[in-house]
Amino acid sequence: MIRFKVNKEEQEVTISPDTPLLWVLRDTFGMNGTKFGCGQSLCGACTVHVDGKAVRSCVTPVSDVAGTAITTIEGLDPKLGGPLKDAWIAEDVPQCGYCQSGQIMAAAALLRENASPSDADIDEAMTGIICRCGTYQRIRRAIHRAAKATSEVAK
Amino acid sequence: MKIVNLSRRDFLKTGTIAGGGLLLGIQIPRLGASETGVTSDKTFEPNAFVRIGSDDSVTLIINHSEMGQGVYTSLAMILAEELECDWKRVRVEASPVAPAYNNTLFGIQMTGGSTSVKSEWDRLRNMGAAARTMLVTAAAADWSVAAEECHATNGVVIHSTSGRHATFGSLVEKAAAVEAPETVTLKDPAKFRLIGKATRRLDTPSKLDGSAVFGIDVRVPGMLVAVVARPPVFGAKLKSVDSKKSKAIPGVRHVVEIGRGVAVVADGFWQAEKGRQALELVWDEGALADLDSVKEGVMFAELADKPGLVARNIGDSDAALAGAKQTLAADYEVPYLAHAPMEPLNCVADVRKDSCEVWVGTQSQTLDVMAAARAAGLAPAQVKLHTTLLGGAFGRRAVLDSHFVVEAVEISKAVKAPVKVIWTREDDITGGFYRPRYLHRLRGGLDAEGKIAGWQQRIVSQSFIIGGPFASMLVKDGVDELAIEGASDAVYAIADRRVEWHQAPNGVPTLWWRSVGHSANAFVVESFLDELAHAAGRDPLEVRRELLKDQPRHLRVLDRAAKEAGWGKPLPEGRARGIAVHASFGSYVAQVAEVSVSKRGEVRVHRVVCAIDCGPIVNPDTIAAQMEGSVVFALSAALYGEITFEKGRVQQSNFHDYPVLRFDEMPLVETHIVQSSDSMGGVGEPAVPPVAPAVTNAIFALTGQRIRRLPIDPKQLAG
Repeated sequence: MIRFKVNKEEQEVTISPDTPLLWVLRDTFGMNGTKFGCGQSLCGACTVHVDGKAVRSCVTPVSDVAGTAITTIEGLDPKLGGPLKDAWIAEDVPQCGYCQSGQIMAAAALLRENASPSDADIDEAMTGIICRCGTYQRIRRAIHRAAKATSEVAK
Repeated sequence: MKIVNLSRRDFLKTGTIAGGGLLLGIQIPRLGASETGVTSDKTFEPNAFVRIGSDDSVTLIINHSEMGQGVYTSLAMILAEELECDWKRVRVEASPVAPAYNNTLFGIQMTGGSTSVKSEWDRLRNMGAAARTMLVTAAAADWSVAAEECHATNGVVIHSTSGRHATFGSLVEKAAAVEAPETVTLKDPAKFRLIGKATRRLDTPSKLDGSAVFGIDVRVPGMLVAVVARPPVFGAKLKSVDSKKSKAIPGVRHVVEIGRGVAVVADGFWQAEKGRQALELVWDEGALADLDSVKEGVMFAELADKPGLVARNIGDSDAALAGAKQTLAADYEVPYLAHAPMEPLNCVADVRKDSCEVWVGTQSQTLDVMAAARAAGLAPAQVKLHTTLLGGAFGRRAVLDSHFVVEAVEISKAVKAPVKVIWTREDDITGGFYRPRYLHRLRGGLDAEGKIAGWQQRIVSQSFIIGGPFASMLVKDGVDELAIEGASDAVYAIADRRVEWHQAPNGVPTLWWRSVGHSANAFVVESFLDELAHAAGRDPLEVRRELLKDQPRHLRVLDRAAKEAGWGKPLPEGRARGIAVHASFGSYVAQVAEVSVSKRGEVRVHRVVCAIDCGPIVNPDTIAAQMEGSVVFALSAALYGEITFEKGRVQQSNFHDYPVLRFDEMPLVETHIVQSSDSMGGVGEPAVPPVAPAVTNAIFALTGQRIRRLPIDPKQLAG
């Protein structure tokens, strides 16, 4: 049995320990916000936070997250996620939307570490998350907007 | 336009199967601000597209699939504009499958060809206006005043002289008793409040919190998950299956043979995938066992040596070339391309004795229902298909044989349980249905004054249309119009021009890929024209302007893009601009790309200025988004995209060897919409074709290297 927290709730699963966290979230817990895109840590659609760090859940065996606290798009802290989602709406970012959970989770991890990221910081944090619809330039604007909104609240 | 008062419930009756009666833990897309409609006890459903609740909720039923292109918002805007409802209360529901929801241009329910807005513009305006007319009529009758003295605005009917008013919700019962009008008065476009204004998408909030339901997110009670081992070579046949080891894996429930391979059915994806890896399969690899991209290229070139079917012949290009002062010859090649939408293909099917229910992100509902019925051994009326959101599509989710639906139906039927088939990224990249490979052989001449004298273009490509359900519409004199579009119909004023086509042998499954034939052909036409311009020592923009002097829509976008990009103005050292213009799907797009090239030959695109004339517009922000998306999609292909074969096997498998544009490579994309009252065109595809040639023309301007083969090979530019 493997125990860990998902969005602040204690969870336990009895499953083959090599099962990727992604499929435990989706198939076992029925939490569909975290997406399958490549299965090889190449596209970032499956990005979640494990103890606050952005992690690709498609290549993370569930045994590796025993005892950790996992955050998915469904449980993103409103203090962090609220300004990001507002900014995403203001910039009308999503097209198909499939990659956006991963984009927001990556952006949230970035802003947690770096309250006012530069374009280069954003490039570095976001390059792992593929969007085939081409929302990259809106995401960049949205991250800057969210950073600004958060810093204004902090003032 | 005559309004046919068909109740949506009637469609649902005919489209719904008796029995089954599953209670589902999912909600098919129902997006928008208001959730209050759920509590409405009474509704007004004047037609198949509008439902108003007694609680003032407005549900608009959308028959085109939302795959990112924004139709759940733009089509809703058209309805809401004429309905005069409160936009803040609008929510959107995916339509069921029924003839009432057929694409008005295709005659079947299908999303594609950049047709959504164009095909629905008249119908949805009329549907919205009819509903509004009925609400106004109901209110006027209730107040015993003339309907002409009443009008609707923002979800309220108002009697102009007395100021009496009633919300739409309060009128639903009375409006339901009103006969549908024979004719309606549409709004004066000058009074549009939504159409033409940048409007935020209704589906955005659900895409930010994980609640949006894509096909892959569908779960129904008792559902199993399947993956399919498909042939390693296209056309290979299964000789033997040993599933002992596979079945021994915990969670694997069934291993079944289906038409396209062997399905491993398990409790979840991971078990199914492990079960698939444990299968021992022997294949008869068949005719394509030796398929090799290099050899295939030789075969294409041999075809290009011989005359093809004539697709276009103007003047006497042989004589013009014979008399030319200078002639240029060039071969251009583009490869097979995978669509690679972010959501891998998937489908849920639940086949019962007398019913088949399907949940799928599809662009092609009518064909899918027919194929599901055939696979299930049922009548189409016994199939109920739910359209989910699509995590990208680009043409891949409109397949003529409905294979990703048929697989799920066959498996569900075999295991007698609801089944979700999931494709992995590897299944997607190696699974075929690629943009066809192309070879173009060109000859062009210049006269003593540097004017173009003769153009000959011989195209070699496969056809996915010939022999298929759309052949009667799209094949003329043996030539597949989708294969040659954008080349045969080029409008440059070249007096002597011949375009020929060879159908390359089929075998590799091919399909439409965002912008279809234009994706290859515009690259070639716009590049070779650039070659001729440079050979004549002339400015490529000026040559285009001259040859397009009778094409006002081309000229307008060309001039706008050039102006906004600062064409001709100095750039920093190491940068250059390229230009291209192309018309497709009823719209006109010009682009100027600004590029640099590193010492290692890596191309960096810094900026792409797009000018589009798509006629009357609905949501300008969606148009900008489609320009941005088209640039990323086309640039991914131009820089990286290539599917190749060795020993019959696809050599690429995932995003490491089939790379796509990433965040840090995104150019600044600027969109300029040319105001136009000309005919309406599409916006999802027309900005794809000019991207590659704008970039490669810029590379030529910078380096003197002409790119005639995609993807761009950095080795050609290194040093």
